[in-house]
Amino acid sequence: MHMADALISPVVGGTMWAATAGIAAYSMKKIQNDLDEKTIPLMGVMGAFIFAVQLINFSIPGTGSSGHLGGGLLLAIMLGPYAGFLTMASILTIQALFFADGGLLALGCNVFNLGFFTCLIAYPLIYKKFVGAGYSSKRIFGAAMLSAIIGLQLGAFSVVLETLFSGKTELPFSTFVLLMQPIHLGIGIVEGLVTATVVTFIWKARPEILEQAALSKPLGSISIKKVITGLAIVAAITGGIFSWFASANPDGLEWSVFKTAGVEEFDAPAGIHQTLAEIQSKTAFLPDYNFKEPENVNVQGSASEEAAAWPAVNAGTSVSGVIGGTMTLVLAVLTGWIISMLKRRKKQLTV
Amino acid sequence: MSDMMNSLSNMRLLEDLARKETFIHRVHPLIKLLTTVIYLAVVVSFGRYEIAGLLPLFFYPVLVLVLAELPIGPILKRILLVEPLIIGIGILNPLFDHQVIVLAGLTMSRGWITFLSIFLKGGLTVAAGLLLIATTGMDGVASAMRMLKIPRLFVLQLLLTYRYISVLMEEVTRTLRAYSLRAPQQKGIQRRVWGSLTGQLLLRTLERAERVYQAMCLRGFTGEYHAGYNSRVRAIDLIYLAGWAVFFLAARIYNIPMLIGSIITGVIK
Repeated sequence: MHMADALISPVVGGTMWAATAGIAAYSMKKIQNDLDEKTIPLMGVMGAFIFAVQLINFSIPGTGSSGHLGGGLLLAIMLGPYAGFLTMASILTIQALFFADGGLLALGCNVFNLGFFTCLIAYPLIYKKFVGAGYSSKRIFGAAMLSAIIGLQLGAFSVVLETLFSGKTELPFSTFVLLMQPIHLGIGIVEGLVTATVVTFIWKARPEILEQAALSKPLGSISIKKVITGLAIVAAITGGIFSWFASANPDGLEWSVFKTAGVEEFDAPAGIHQTLAEIQSKTAFLPDYNFKEPENVNVQGSASEEAAAWPAVNAGTSVSGVIGGTMTLVLAVLTGWIISMLKRRKKQLTV
Repeated sequence: MSDMMNSLSNMRLLEDLARKETFIHRVHPLIKLLTTVIYLAVVVSFGRYEIAGLLPLFFYPVLVLVLAELPIGPILKRILLVEPLIIGIGILNPLFDHQVIVLAGLTMSRGWITFLSIFLKGGLTVAAGLLLIATTGMDGVASAMRMLKIPRLFVLQLLLTYRYISVLMEEVTRTLRAYSLRAPQQKGIQRRVWGSLTGQLLLRTLERAERVYQAMCLRGFTGEYHAGYNSRVRAIDLIYLAGWAVFFLAARIYNIPMLIGSIITGVIK
């Protein structure tokens, strides 16, 4: 479920960064109030634990395949929602930095999709409600299953939306949803099963740990109200982007519908893209070299206005593009090679 | 099991590489972080039909790789390991976009153009991220985060998680080895012991956290983490940032390969 940088647009990446940073700041404020110094090492070591546990293969009965633990819900249960969210954020940061598992620009999206929905939606609104009356094997099982499944479904849906708003893939909305939700239903069931069994084990072996985790966080009051306020803010921000798209495009909604259907494609996306595209079109030079004539371009089998934003189609420019592109790449590699040769020689001389 | 060893050796490799002493390594962590962010933003801001325009951006990873004297093999391997995930989604583009275009006498579906564009962007963004950590290290990135006013609590917790990953991975590896020796030829952990195996690990982790905390207290932990980084941003760092920023923006605004290509084809004509 980790999103890669290549699949998001700067606007979506930036917005999700802002939303995630806001939630993180709020969480930090929340836990600082009742921060016991022990919490920091506990969060740190628990983060590392989730990291290590993600590498365990749990064989799924009757299927012959195996699954992994995501860990968001388990973190929320063991540390409380806010500390759990922050720990999830640091896990994802390390994964992005060291394993290129989800990119740096997409980090905001990933923390939101994997941390927010499990720790701050599913945990307080579902899990807590289930086990609020007291722990029992059945309650733990039901609570963990339901929260894991719903948390992951929301996360997966959020991935779909973010990908769609970024407009990098041609995947139609319905196809993408039909692809993502069932897969994450399976993943959610495994997540729920593993979380339930682990929590049940802890509850039987050391019940005081769970009781403490539940008691020490003043969760009764976090309540739906605050979550809804948070969601409203996020919705407002998202709405802001939407209107941005809409205003940049006369028929914004139709535009996104068309986009989903993959019909009308060639309008440059709004925001940075468009500003930059404008600068680009204004500054295009060397018209003699077949440069500034996007209107005359003809794409085989499509209307010429559709192709307006893509100047590199006619034979002349595309040949220039291929030659120039090859040259650029060769030049990049050559530069690297020459510098490394020079460095090696310098080293040999000094030795 | 080999997964785990790979992850561990990967982390150690990147951390070892970050300890080198080259021009790039000496650039201030904050500057490198900012350069990387600008680079990523520029790469992903390219339209989905753009290929040629992306190519000049290859200069950044190539130059950093060479100037930082990093081994190309392991870095390239990491990038290729991640690409399948990106290809997984990108490969659907040719299925959904059949518009035919003619490029340099070659007829192809437009979906392939978007796919290639995503593929290139994937490679470039992953490379930039890995190069950042391979030239800066976790401590460097953490100190850059502190300078960006990211709260101490989060940075400290991030560093602790990072520090304990290898410790806990080794513990999980030992546990799994013990399990596999007692349950040969099984794919994964059986349902019966999901709870006890993971739960025992969890209990041990909690105890470890307690010991870690006590050890920290004994060494005078007061809630602050001292990374030992104190360097100030120098003029050369700012030049480094400005130089790359200008180059990235130029590559974004002008289609450099197209310029070169048209000059060459113009000359030939």
